[in-house]
Amino acid sequence: MRTIIRRAVAAAVLAGTLAVTVGGAFAESTADEIAKYREALQDGNPAELWEARGEEMWKAPRGPSHVSFARCDLGLGPGVVKGAYAQLPRYFPDASRVMDLETRLVWCMVNQQGYSEADATKTKFGNGSAHRSDLEALAAYVTAQSRGVKMNVALDEPHVRDMYRLGEKMFYYRGGTHDFACATCHGDDGKRIRLQDLPNLTKVEGAQKAYTTWPAYRVSQGELRTFQWRLNDCFRQQRFPELAFGSDASIALTAYLAGRANGAAYDGPAIKR
Amino acid sequence: MGIIGRLVAGAALVAIAGGVLHGCATAPADTEVSDRAAAMMKSSFKSRGQATLARLDQDETQRLCSEYAGRALPASIATKIEQANLATIQYPADGKLVGDWKSGEKIAQSGQGFQYSDDPNKPAGANCYACHQLSPKELSYGTIGPSLYHFGKLHGYSDATRKYAWQKIYNAEAFAACSNMPRFGHHHILTEQQIRDVVALLVDPASPVNQ
Repeated sequence: MRTIIRRAVAAAVLAGTLAVTVGGAFAESTADEIAKYREALQDGNPAELWEARGEEMWKAPRGPSHVSFARCDLGLGPGVVKGAYAQLPRYFPDASRVMDLETRLVWCMVNQQGYSEADATKTKFGNGSAHRSDLEALAAYVTAQSRGVKMNVALDEPHVRDMYRLGEKMFYYRGGTHDFACATCHGDDGKRIRLQDLPNLTKVEGAQKAYTTWPAYRVSQGELRTFQWRLNDCFRQQRFPELAFGSDASIALTAYLAGRANGAAYDGPAIKR
Repeated sequence: MGIIGRLVAGAALVAIAGGVLHGCATAPADTEVSDRAAAMMKSSFKSRGQATLARLDQDETQRLCSEYAGRALPASIATKIEQANLATIQYPADGKLVGDWKSGEKIAQSGQGFQYSDDPNKPAGANCYACHQLSPKELSYGTIGPSLYHFGKLHGYSDATRKYAWQKIYNAEAFAACSNMPRFGHHHILTEQQIRDVVALLVDPASPVNQ
């Protein structure tokens, strides 16, 4: 544990240096530099701090009911985390709903640990050390247990299949003051905003590379961010209203992108700019 | 509705469904999925600050461009979109289309505006550099749109070029149906004076874009 933290702190320092150097550089060399740093950071991604905190939380009795996540079924049986994320989102008959990881964690917190919905989602996204997010830490721990496992979202399951199709429609849905859809920025190869490379999510390879590297430690924010956060902040920049945490639309779009990533080995939590 | 009426309606539904399904017996019709997706979004997003739920209401251009996204846009639909958008373009009462390129450069650099996290009382930017190369001094530019370096120099410093720049910024859908470029005038993202200034950045011979 101590080694993990020391390595993570060293990585955070390196990462800080990266954040400063990216600004004025050329795009090509920026991408190269980021690739180099990623390599250097591979053994010391600060995401490990979130994973360690999440593991403690997963195993400890929590909430008004003082129960751990040992009874929380992420789809592979109560308490089973190994490989679970690679099959999410999935349909959960006990909730009569397709759920992604974060939504399922909240469901367990509410239905098993006795939290109110409001308490369970109070710090859905962390904001520095003052407002650390339990959900981000738990997501980091659970997703890390799928590292190397091939994405396998059950697209032949009717509920999941339906969400996938709705998510696909959302991906191409243009609206707002700027006419933006997800596809506006993520529908073509080799594009970038300013110097930031954009994945082409309409291609399987693009979706695989992007989806399998969330959650990620975001160097520029000093925070570990989940896929719910990623979608939420994309829509903010799209000039849309706010995507509600754990909403059906957030799960549909996740089902679409996760489903398109099927077959690729999950590789998170990763580290990103 | 009488029995015959219902039978006819039923037959028509079957015919429509048959035409859309392409032999896949379980897939719901495409428009039905689109309608449900739109309804789902309405209940999954919430108004925040200036970004209200009304932003999810599509106009005809947005609706058609969403419907045909990811596949070839039929020429007849493209023409329809372009003509409808060309008709929306308004010109300054005084006929002056070109402003100050220095102010235009600032507008091109700014990505502020219309996000729920933005202050609605501050002027919005056009964020041109997010997608286009313009002044060669700015190395941090995006590539979603074409390079506009030497725009005036290449197109010629003519009235026609100035008018085209105004129209394109005002409503890009008038020239390229389902363009990725926001309709800065049509959606009132930029003021009339701001559009003039961005036009100047493109067409003023003294602008860094044309050096």
